[in-house]
Amino acid sequence: MADIYAYITYKGGVADDSSLELIAAAKKLDAGAAVTAIVTGSGADLDKVADDMAASYAKVLKFNLDALAYPNAEVVRNLMVNVLPADAIVLVSHDTFGMDLGPGLSIKLESTFIADVVDIEGVDGGSLKVIRQEYSGMVSTHVTGDISTGAVINIRPGAFAPDESKSAGGSVEDKSADAGDLTAQRTFLEIVEAEVGDVDITKSDVLVSVGRGIEDEENIEIAEELAKAMGAVVSCSRPIVDAKWLEKSRQVGTSGQTVKPKVYMACGISGSFQHLGGIKGSPFIVAINKNVKAPIFQVADVGIEVDILEFLPELTDAINEL
Amino acid sequence: MEILVCVKRVPDTAENEIEVNRDGSDIERDDLVYSVNEWDNYAVEEAIQLRDKVGGSVTVITVGDDESEEVLRREMAMGADNGLLLCDDAFEGSDGKGIASLLKAAVEKGKYDLILSGALADDGAGQVGGMLAAMLDYPYASLVNKIEVADGKLKVGREIEGGNQEMNEIQLPCVLSIQTGINEPRYVGIRGIRKVASVEIPQHGATDLGVDPTAVGAAGAKVKRVDYFVPDMGEGAEMLEGSTEEITAKLIELLKAKGGLK
Repeated sequence: MADIYAYITYKGGVADDSSLELIAAAKKLDAGAAVTAIVTGSGADLDKVADDMAASYAKVLKFNLDALAYPNAEVVRNLMVNVLPADAIVLVSHDTFGMDLGPGLSIKLESTFIADVVDIEGVDGGSLKVIRQEYSGMVSTHVTGDISTGAVINIRPGAFAPDESKSAGGSVEDKSADAGDLTAQRTFLEIVEAEVGDVDITKSDVLVSVGRGIEDEENIEIAEELAKAMGAVVSCSRPIVDAKWLEKSRQVGTSGQTVKPKVYMACGISGSFQHLGGIKGSPFIVAINKNVKAPIFQVADVGIEVDILEFLPELTDAINEL
Repeated sequence: MEILVCVKRVPDTAENEIEVNRDGSDIERDDLVYSVNEWDNYAVEEAIQLRDKVGGSVTVITVGDDESEEVLRREMAMGADNGLLLCDDAFEGSDGKGIASLLKAAVEKGKYDLILSGALADDGAGQVGGMLAAMLDYPYASLVNKIEVADGKLKVGREIEGGNQEMNEIQLPCVLSIQTGINEPRYVGIRGIRKVASVEIPQHGATDLGVDPTAVGAAGAKVKRVDYFVPDMGEGAEMLEGSTEEITAKLIELLKAKGGLK
């Protein structure tokens, strides 16, 4: 098989969890592969991450350039096209950067793109077989991709158990001189930090979290009453924020807050991986949903198949009577 | 500003339970309710608002069969000026790259300053916008939740992890994939749909677009779906059953034990 490369994302000198998940994915592609990490950026953070990655990757290619100080997907794509062999197998985390990079990179490398892979079944000749999900995780699919002329494979964060062995004993090579022309038509300006809301859901031990099943803005009150009875705080999934029924600061998920409660009441939430990605610390999860096929029931400890609009007021009354 | 918005007709997951059919070759499509992909409505709304601010026109485009015309009409009822249907038996079974190459051929027959798509659709890949941009050599930004027009360029916000927003300056023409929540898509009433019911929507096939029919569709696809299945996820949740009183009593006991009641 062609050489496997993994693009490493990091923040503040610490590699993202995905950096070790990508090795696990690479080993499922080719158990004996000597995987190369690509680390881009500038300054001390870059040096630290590159050195850290050498423990896990056989080779680390470091690109230290001002143009790469912030990971602008177009600049990183130009770099990858300049330095990678045409038949490279490139692994990228399917996060907000990977979604920006992967599809276009595959076109420029004239290779095959497979998005949001949750498992790898194996390689047969030039054909890779993977598992993906569709319809927000309600069904899974086996997908084959022709990787004989190279591939960009975006790996879902958290789907592969990280390879913690750190036994690669790899070396770091500074390849900055090979970066080539990185001129881009898109320029990074700044990061606008999320607004702080009236309530900090990350500090609460008990969350009553509402999703699409709440159906109407005026029904939010039902969840608020339950939360009051329980001494909990109301949080929500993305559709509730999109509908502007609750503040963005109440949203649990990869594009919202990461919470670590003791108890998480998922009320009318289907349980997309982006939502589950914001729940850490293994809380006791109660799923209440009228659709028994909702993925949330797979990860919950306790489930109740019922319409939340009928059930939550009953539960509130019962708790208030205690 | 001439704006093209790429949309898709998909099963409406709010209206349907998505189930795998008997032999796993497809999802169960009998009695499915279809609608416009949710992300695409935000993209069309954004396009309409931009047009109303700076002038120009909005064209909605889709790759699909005759039934896909209904989603184009719905978006025209929202306020899009034109519809364009890419329709040919040869397009069936296209992978993401196939769809992007069809859209590229259509883009090259027109003159657009800005191309929008939804960030995701039913298959969750989020790939067509980025591929199309790379094929056209246009700059691209994904997961866009803010667009400002600034003399010949755009200032766009991307939604990144933790609810933060990454601001970029991007040159035109460009391709942007739009995240939900960027605006509040307007309601489309029956009257609006009726108004556009008889508008002619041009259709383009492989010959019109000048694409090689063997390079798209199932014949040209390098990524293929083999089957659908429901994974065995182990035991899953312990389901509480019984009367409402029994369920609430059991749940309250559990919540007390786990520190869920104060």
